[in-house]
Amino acid sequence: MKKIFAAVIAAAYLAALGGCSTQPSAPVDDQSTAAAAAAAAKPGTTTSGATTSGISGTSTGAGGNPLKDPNNVLSKRSVYFEFDSFVVEDKYKALVESHAKYLSGNRAAKVTLQGNTDERGSREYNIALGQKRAEAVKRVMVLMGAQDVVIETVSYGKEKPKREGHDEAAWAENRRVDIVYFGE
Amino acid sequence: MLSGRVAAIGPNNNVSNLRPLRHALAFAALALLTLASARAQLTIEIVGGAGTAVPIAIVPFDSEPVGPTSISYIVGQDLARSGLFKLVDPSGVSPRPVRIEDVQAPAWRAKGADAVVVGSAKPLADGRVEVRFALVDVVKNAPLVAMVYTVTPAQFRATAHKIADVIYEKMTGDPGVFSTRIAYITKQGTRFQLLVADADGYDPQTIVTSNEPMLTPRWAPDGMRIAYVSFESKKPVVYVQNLATGSRAAVANFRGSNSSPAWSPDGRTLAVTLTKDGGSQLYLMNADGSNPQRVMTSSSIDTEAMFMPDGKSILFTSDRGGSPQIYRLPLGGGAVERLTFDGSYNVSARPFPDGKGFAFVRRDGGRFQIATQDFASRQVQVLTSGPLDESPSVAPNGKLILYANEVGGRGTLAAVSSDGRVKQRLASQATDVREPAWGPFPRP
Repeated sequence: MKKIFAAVIAAAYLAALGGCSTQPSAPVDDQSTAAAAAAAAKPGTTTSGATTSGISGTSTGAGGNPLKDPNNVLSKRSVYFEFDSFVVEDKYKALVESHAKYLSGNRAAKVTLQGNTDERGSREYNIALGQKRAEAVKRVMVLMGAQDVVIETVSYGKEKPKREGHDEAAWAENRRVDIVYFGE
Repeated sequence: MLSGRVAAIGPNNNVSNLRPLRHALAFAALALLTLASARAQLTIEIVGGAGTAVPIAIVPFDSEPVGPTSISYIVGQDLARSGLFKLVDPSGVSPRPVRIEDVQAPAWRAKGADAVVVGSAKPLADGRVEVRFALVDVVKNAPLVAMVYTVTPAQFRATAHKIADVIYEKMTGDPGVFSTRIAYITKQGTRFQLLVADADGYDPQTIVTSNEPMLTPRWAPDGMRIAYVSFESKKPVVYVQNLATGSRAAVANFRGSNSSPAWSPDGRTLAVTLTKDGGSQLYLMNADGSNPQRVMTSSSIDTEAMFMPDGKSILFTSDRGGSPQIYRLPLGGGAVERLTFDGSYNVSARPFPDGKGFAFVRRDGGRFQIATQDFASRQVQVLTSGPLDESPSVAPNGKLILYANEVGGRGTLAAVSSDGRVKQRLASQATDVREPAWGPFPRP
């Protein structure tokens, strides 16, 4: 069972990354991103650690909302990206997966994935880049069992920075997809 | 709009549609308006000029009040701000010339002037004013143009801009843009505003106020409508707003993101970027939002469409080659052509009105700069130094590019001539200003 699940996740990741593999020179500007993408593309890397310990979308605390429970990974809502990149990095796998499982297990739940970028570059191009990030997260969620129709992807581009500032620390925090549940 | 006519031909045409006001009262009202709008106003200063500015003397018009509301003063400010003219102090020439025949060429040449503007503002019995001006080439000692306008005092600024346009065109061969308007977005705290002002920054009018961001204001070719993107419903939606009536409609509000509106030259079609079918893709729709049709299908980002002036092709930004670059798509069929190759980030193409090239944003190292590229030669000219220059907008005469940059962590506007020689700064007080859009020539 566990093995099959891991294989599904590996397939999901390969498929999600497939969007970039058709574009050999995806807009990746620094080497760390390229390295991360390359690492993530290796089946051995993507399958390892792909277990989903206790994230079934059911209540974890004593009657608490798993989406709000700080001890539950579902309370984590942000996926961060490298500069100019829309690759969902390996380290966000468990996070994205847990939300996918929650959505598939709670048919009334709906999410908006809000893509964001740092302040550099064209406002309109950044809308598209933020959108591409949101869609990359959605692709992973759908491949992990979430319904396409319950996920809307939108982009704020660089228009709503979470952190004001003109340094890498601020930029890194703003290159982000937020997972927002309907009604939140 | 105001229409002038060549002097001394037939009776004065009445271009006034405002209730006649008593002269003095009107001046007082104008002065108050100036004070009231000074706060939110952009002020334009030249920070680098052309080496070959034409020395021109603007003689204060006969019977007009002295000061910044006078027509001759505004004409002079317009011309000086263009960077192509240098004002020669007209004082000391006595008697003050009013008509062409009063201009003594040798006296003006001695002051270093190549051209002289004279005129008068004669109050009429009905409260309107007859404004006359003449432009004299004192090098060749030849009159170049003379016009007369009959206007209300409330139309003085517009009349001055019209006169400056005539002088600019006579002296440079290109139409002036002093009678045009600009749109831009301000951000103050969490309050965003879409404003429209005269090209000299005067008389800013708030078009939309929102607590969510707005971007990409785009003038319809008729100058009566503006399309823009607003996040007021927590996602990007494209609106079109009528400036005269204030009415507006969401013309692209599909699932996903809706952005980057651009008008076709005939004003009937909007290009937009939609994500409703997955990915940021280009669509054409009627200006009311009906009948959206996907222009092409790609697996890449396609956005920032702009129509070429002939309406036959669009420029757009795509990452299909691995990095964001500018492409051209013929709308009548044919292959997409990549236009930019130098560097890994070339975006935000804005065609010049003559169709011979485009302005765009390029990244050089970490710096974002405004540049131009010629279609035929593919030659790139970098006009600004960055570091965060963006959102270029080309003046309708193709001679200036308005853009947004950042000074001291705050968004400001600037302009550069398309040959890179003249640089202007548009300063605003305590407000973040971005997303400039130069409006079309006023309809005659």
